[in-house]
Amino acid sequence: MALISVEVNGTRRQHEVEPRLLLVQYLRETLGLTGTNIGCDTSSCGACTVLLNGESVKSCTLLAVQADETEIVTIEGLGGSDGTLHPVQEAFREHHALQCGYCTPGMVMAAVSLLAEEDQLDERGVREGLEGNLCRCTGYHNIVKAVLACAADKETLTGSSS
Amino acid sequence: MIPAAFDYARAGSVEEAIALLVEHGDEAKLVAGGHSLVPLMKLRLAIPSVLIDIGRVAGLSYIEERGDEIAIGALARHHDLETSVLLKEQVPLLAFTAHQVGDPQVRHRGTLGGTLAHGDPASDLPAAVLALGGTLVAQGPHGRREIAAPDFFRGFLETALAVDEVLVEIRVPKVAGAGWSFQKFNRRAQDWAIVGVAAVINGTAGIALVNMGATPLRATAVEEAVRHGATAADAATAAEVGTDPPSDINASSEYRRHLATVLVRRALEEASS
Repeated sequence: MALISVEVNGTRRQHEVEPRLLLVQYLRETLGLTGTNIGCDTSSCGACTVLLNGESVKSCTLLAVQADETEIVTIEGLGGSDGTLHPVQEAFREHHALQCGYCTPGMVMAAVSLLAEEDQLDERGVREGLEGNLCRCTGYHNIVKAVLACAADKETLTGSSS
Repeated sequence: MIPAAFDYARAGSVEEAIALLVEHGDEAKLVAGGHSLVPLMKLRLAIPSVLIDIGRVAGLSYIEERGDEIAIGALARHHDLETSVLLKEQVPLLAFTAHQVGDPQVRHRGTLGGTLAHGDPASDLPAAVLALGGTLVAQGPHGRREIAAPDFFRGFLETALAVDEVLVEIRVPKVAGAGWSFQKFNRRAQDWAIVGVAAVINGTAGIALVNMGATPLRATAVEEAVRHGATAADAATAAEVGTDPPSDINASSEYRRHLATVLVRRALEEASS
């Protein structure tokens, strides 16, 4: 067993874990944060995407011990504590960027990471930036629209397009 | 899918990692980002009894100028490579190729040292390092040694690293202004290459192939043809010389041979234009 200390959604968590425990299992089963889904379980589909120190990672392909002393944000930690949605969540709702919803938590987390990294995004940039996330319902169009809307808002806010 | 049980040790330094390797021998595996190893462990194709985590070793993520070369710490991630201004200027092939690996999540974790030490012939970056004529630096109990890229890849998932050695640095020549190309043919965005080609033309030609045999391969017959002034199309006919491409669910070996010819021609044309 190994002792890990992780800040998850702003709260410090400490647990003795088996070294082979995957981060996604730690989040779902140890912490009860079931918003992060397991899809393919082979680092292809991106349903399990969370932020590790602000960057998107696939939590099915990380050991919980590798996340020791890091900051993790899951879909549960994205919005305000009063229930307000994060702008990316809001955009997904506004643009109907989901149908069954299974890929959505991972898709949102990947989009948050992409938006943080890129000052300017066009459609191609969004599609390439989300290549690690598969959706089997929407055909991606509305997901791309939602992320592009966030990118446009960001440019307006930061003036990075000028 | 859950890996078989193993003991976990985190190394705080390269020296500590080497000491752990000496202690545990080939029962142990090094892990950095883990994006080659952890999937294999989940499938139980790899069952190390000890996992030595070097992911936190400080000072091994650099990308810096060193004379005529760019030196890269083994823990530099694909994301670091693809976003490095220095690399984009001096070795654009390597920055571009890093961007072709997997997807953003994978590139946030995977490391250059990891993908080289894993030695998968289907990986993109080993071919780029081969085409560039890179040098790999291994550190063991008795110090460091340098291994030329063509001598590093020995067999399927086999490298020249001894069981007690850690890959610590990769050096590639500065080739600002050289012609280059990376051609990757795959069916879906994030897939491995069915076949890939890395090319650098800088007076001489460096051409390497992805997924055309048990190791990343240098296309020496193509390089020679280019040296003798052959056209891209003529030189590309030598693409299959010395290869032994696999047949799998994606493509037959015959298809891969054909694809290599097409992609080498495209790579030579792009690198020469």
